[in-house]
Amino acid sequence: MSTLLEVRGVSKQFGGFTALDGVNVSIARGERFGLIGPNGSGKTTLINCVSGSLRNDAGSILFDGRDISGLPAYLRTRRGIARSFQIPRPFASMSVLENLLVPLEYVAHGGELLKGHAEDEAMALLRDIGLADKAQTLSSRLSQVELRKLELARAMAARPRLLISDEAMAGLSATEISEVLAILFKLNEAGITIIMIEHIMQAVMKFSQRVICLDAGRIICEGAPAQIVQNAEVQRAYLGA
Amino acid sequence: MKFWIGAAITVVVGVGLPLMPLNEYLFYAGYMVLSFVVLATAWNILGGYAGYVNFGPPAFFGIGAYSAVLLFKWLQAPLVVQIAGAALMGGLLGFGVGLLTLRLRGIFFAIATVAVVFIMETLMVNWRYVGGATGLQILRPPVEVFDTYTRMLFAVMTVMSVAAVAIARYIQVSWIGRGLRALRDSEDAAECSGVPTLKLKLFACAVSGALMAAAGAPMPMYLSFIEPASTFNLSYTIAALGSAIIGGMVHWAGPIIGAILLGTLQQVVTVTISSEINVLVVGVLLVVFVVAAPEGILGLIKKYFPGKK
Repeated sequence: MSTLLEVRGVSKQFGGFTALDGVNVSIARGERFGLIGPNGSGKTTLINCVSGSLRNDAGSILFDGRDISGLPAYLRTRRGIARSFQIPRPFASMSVLENLLVPLEYVAHGGELLKGHAEDEAMALLRDIGLADKAQTLSSRLSQVELRKLELARAMAARPRLLISDEAMAGLSATEISEVLAILFKLNEAGITIIMIEHIMQAVMKFSQRVICLDAGRIICEGAPAQIVQNAEVQRAYLGA
Repeated sequence: MKFWIGAAITVVVGVGLPLMPLNEYLFYAGYMVLSFVVLATAWNILGGYAGYVNFGPPAFFGIGAYSAVLLFKWLQAPLVVQIAGAALMGGLLGFGVGLLTLRLRGIFFAIATVAVVFIMETLMVNWRYVGGATGLQILRPPVEVFDTYTRMLFAVMTVMSVAAVAIARYIQVSWIGRGLRALRDSEDAAECSGVPTLKLKLFACAVSGALMAAAGAPMPMYLSFIEPASTFNLSYTIAALGSAIIGGMVHWAGPIIGAILLGTLQQVVTVTISSEINVLVVGVLLVVFVVAAPEGILGLIKKYFPGKK
């Protein structure tokens, strides 16, 4: 398996606070990758650096063999990195369908609108994710689980090769979690590499082939899900010693 | 298609009326109303579509007026060239203001744009060539086709209104408009959906600025006089912002409705009561709309006549 994303020695500081301290991760094409860690350990900062919402202070980020650490976020999206947000950020003044048209127009169709075509594509995505009946609903009127699905659908509309799911399941019920998990498994089968950030252990352990645990901006453990839960350092980070 | 027929009719009427023997005051007041239409439509491209509230219309309006004066005094440039030059300068200033959006959002951006007004006014007050603080009397060249300058400028401003609305409408319905709305709702999410937010904001700022400056360009010819205090008057902010808020900010038709309503009302109140009261009237109207109809007249129409667009 070749490498799709490589994070080399990435550091990020906010004033005197070190959020990331020389993080090295390499993710293979088609992999299902889990990213865990206690609150404030740097998970979201790391994916903000990967997606371009933040710039890393040191180190480099390679996507598909090319350094992307200098690129603005929108160009990274166009290269194939899409993400969902931990706190859903729908385009609140638009319908669910229109939310998907934004990435479809700006990424998939390179700024040119093939109107009917883009709408068909958006509808197909909404059917896959189970939001088809809400297509015309204003996105600000959606429920939590629908908003999370919209986040995923909108990320998918950018036709990514790497999908970063930032706590897509926080606050959802058990059935809703398995619903979202099923969607992610299906996307992965279609060839999309997925990074899952999650606090819900059953979900992330069931989903991931490989997991890393961050604590205070450093990777403290890397391995298969079963090894991670047994790891003493991980237990200490989560439970205290 | 319907839009272009309406636009053509507007141009024909706007150019035809001044050729008829009607009361001169109609065109004098009508010119101001039409310049409000241009100002509000232009303001709405950035303020309404992209959600960046710009308190700087007087800076743009003024830079337009002074560009026109400069071109006239220096090169005796005809009105069309004055307007084009004003639009260019306004576009450049807009681009500069757009760079502010790199670091400033929301209320901080709004405050910074107020500063731009004072910077521009101070520059002009201290520039002797264009009249400095005392202003400059302008000897207008003889008018052609129309009987008076006011009539000619009314026709010109009609054409400019139609052009401004056509540009705003194009931006609204195209992929640019969708991108601007996306970044208004969430800049992070827009950026991660592939929208080049900075480029779009710079574009919106430049176009908005160019059109606002164009609206100010014929002003020196209209008054045959220019001076900084009234040219950089914050009442233009209220005209632009108020028209868009009262009319409705999400659709290109909103600022037109608002500007015609507000502009006409101001003219009527100025003539029948006093020019001091007219500021109060605008203030009261704004408060009423912000509280009772935050989506403006268009929002009310949508609410009570849901079938229509």
